[in-house]
Amino acid sequence: MIPELGQFTLIIAFGLAALLSFYPLWGAYKGHAGLMNSARTLAVCQFLFVGLSYACLTYAFIVNDFSVAYVASHSNSELPLQYRISAVWGSHEGSLLLWMLILSGWTAAVALLSKNLPLESAARVLAVMGMLGVGFYLFVIVTSNPFERTLPYFPVDGRDLNPLLQDIGLILHPPMLYMGYVGFSVAFAFAIASLMQGRLDSAWARWSRPWTMAAWVFLTAGIALGSWWAYYELGWGGWWFWDPVENASFMPWIVGTALIHSLAVSEKRGVFKAWTVLLAISAFSLSLLGTFLVRSGVLVSVHAFASDPERGLFILGFLIMVIGGSLLLYAFKANAVKSRGSYSLFSRESFLLGNNILLIAALIVVLLGTLLPLVHKEMGLGSISIGEPFFNRIFTVLIVPFMLLLGVGPLVRWKKQNPGDLVATLLVAIVASVVLTACYIMVSTPYVTWLALLGCFLGVWVVVTSCQETWLRATHRHRFFTGVKKLSISHWAMITGHIGFAVMVIGITMTQNYSIEKDVRMVPGDQIEFEHYRFTFEGVDALKGPNFDGHTGVLRVDRGDKYVTTMRAEKRFYRVQRNVMTEAAIDAGFTRDLYAALGEQLDNGAWALRIYYKPFIRWIWFGALIMAFAGVLMMLDKRYRFSGKGMSNGQ
Amino acid sequence: MNPRRKKRLAVILAIVLGIGSAIGLVLYALSQNIDLFYTPSELVKGKGKQLVKPEAGQRLRIGGMVMPGSVVRDQSSLKVSFKLYDAGGDLVTVEFDGILPDLFREGQGIVAMGVLKDATTVTASEVLAKHDEEYMPPEIAESLKGMQHFKPEYTEEQLEGAHK
Repeated sequence: MIPELGQFTLIIAFGLAALLSFYPLWGAYKGHAGLMNSARTLAVCQFLFVGLSYACLTYAFIVNDFSVAYVASHSNSELPLQYRISAVWGSHEGSLLLWMLILSGWTAAVALLSKNLPLESAARVLAVMGMLGVGFYLFVIVTSNPFERTLPYFPVDGRDLNPLLQDIGLILHPPMLYMGYVGFSVAFAFAIASLMQGRLDSAWARWSRPWTMAAWVFLTAGIALGSWWAYYELGWGGWWFWDPVENASFMPWIVGTALIHSLAVSEKRGVFKAWTVLLAISAFSLSLLGTFLVRSGVLVSVHAFASDPERGLFILGFLIMVIGGSLLLYAFKANAVKSRGSYSLFSRESFLLGNNILLIAALIVVLLGTLLPLVHKEMGLGSISIGEPFFNRIFTVLIVPFMLLLGVGPLVRWKKQNPGDLVATLLVAIVASVVLTACYIMVSTPYVTWLALLGCFLGVWVVVTSCQETWLRATHRHRFFTGVKKLSISHWAMITGHIGFAVMVIGITMTQNYSIEKDVRMVPGDQIEFEHYRFTFEGVDALKGPNFDGHTGVLRVDRGDKYVTTMRAEKRFYRVQRNVMTEAAIDAGFTRDLYAALGEQLDNGAWALRIYYKPFIRWIWFGALIMAFAGVLMMLDKRYRFSGKGMSNGQ
Repeated sequence: MNPRRKKRLAVILAIVLGIGSAIGLVLYALSQNIDLFYTPSELVKGKGKQLVKPEAGQRLRIGGMVMPGSVVRDQSSLKVSFKLYDAGGDLVTVEFDGILPDLFREGQGIVAMGVLKDATTVTASEVLAKHDEEYMPPEIAESLKGMQHFKPEYTEEQLEGAHK
């Protein structure tokens, strides 16, 4: 009964979305306030009904209702409760329902928090979001119904959740990522609505800025979580693989980053408007493209669970409609959007333009690297793959101008800056960065490589210039301590965000250049020593978990005469799915991680072991968290306060 | 030229220059990092209509089924070698120094990335077997049409572990 209720409420929500996509628009066209007002009610009701539907599916998982096909193939009576709840989004159908829940959640949030938006704009924005909803509801209901029954012959027990997904990182990773993907639909809706209206002013930029930022924050956190999860769960110790599916989430992030910067220019200076609209359209289109690549089965990877051509075709059609429709609208209306401001060549606008150009270049590289193998194969030229070195090499080149500009940009004034005034400041920054980098490399690393020097220099450069910028702004009119208190929250957000990025770049540099990775054959009692750490293999114990068994390899770690830790690397055998999984043992630290994974059993009681030393790897995720935090700070700025309510309600 | 035009020209030049160098860089990096996929038969007999054979030293990916009984391990290190086969009947030896993935089994499909050592030997830097028994890399599935796919066998230790 409950699953039928779930399906029924989903269909009602679809109906509401259909009304939402039409009535408010008609109201806006006719100037009918009542029709426009209906948008808010419809949006909120839609959210409630999807919520109910989602609750029904969760309930089916909790009570182990294996008569529902989706539950039967992705859960098991022995699966712990928290994983049964997260198994709802463990595969295609359920994750789409989560997608719907989040989309309607964002729609309802816009409806509730847009009281200070003119009624007509709010109606249009909500209607656009309704249209997107209609497309996705159709997709769920027609091609991927999560409530399908297996009656009358239902299985006694389920096939269990993929062991890779039985993990805290994966409880959080998909919802975060979806919040980000779908969050860009708000920026998209704002852009489309203002194109329809033919009105794009700085008020428009101000409205869409916090929404875009919220989406970006979720996406940043989601990608960081995914990377962290891959690091400890896949047993390879890597944090980024340039896997097509990772790229699919990285592309909207790149454009999103460009978008938050160009929105800042549009809001403050009223220029780059048409460009900003195009970025808003692209960010969401790339989210859709990512969904298409992952869901259609074109890509094969850990993430791709639905390999159904019908679904792929549907998403492709939807993708073409959304991208084609919005670009067509853009083509007709964009010339009405004239930017009026002007700026000279050496100005902050130019530096932000540089930021955008470099980000778009990065986007094109990732897009090319992801799609080229697909195109190559479809053209019948045989299947190829593009290796990690391709991306690594190009990003190493792109990051240099990007970070150099990033350091200088905030120091430069809007509109016009006399370059001569900055020479002294920049000279100080260069000298300070070089000295600090040299000290840092000398102290914390065993040997020096050019890439490590370069990466650290860039990171330190951004930190130094950020500090200088704070100092200059604070002492502009007041003494430092008075001035520093007068800096706005969004100013602090910018500084924090940039420093977070620098932390991440330093983390990446150190990890990539100074990691030590050893695959060794060991019998109990064997020792191996590197980076002053001595690893002693103490043997293998038996292991028993709720739905798995296996072995635990025990490694004792000493540094000199001091005992550091005992690492327990697991090899699990999941009974129902008959899968073997490696659970790495990680001794985490601020400046280094020790990482051990148990490989296969060899002859004579020997085991294969992976033992890694990963310096500064935490900084990568820590930097991403700082960036996400900076985004939250920006949303707290007074300028973006919603009437009486904070952004927290918008989530 | 008036300053406005001058500025525009500078911006456009910068953009063109940027795009130009970006394209150059991308093409250069691409030319070094495209790895073609071969099945054992394609590697031995040549790929495509022209029967192009890879040259020794070339980076490539190879996918096939692990020949049962062909896995040879070194007794004192992690060095291992095994043979791959496909529907064409040719065998290619893969040498690898490292830890094989959890799902590596004789009779299962795997993909190895590495460098061609001689006409029938590949030195692999990475061996991939996907986390799903039923999964087979699509390229292999295509080349093996009509062939039997061995169900992976579990070793005594693993099954013992499962019942402890």
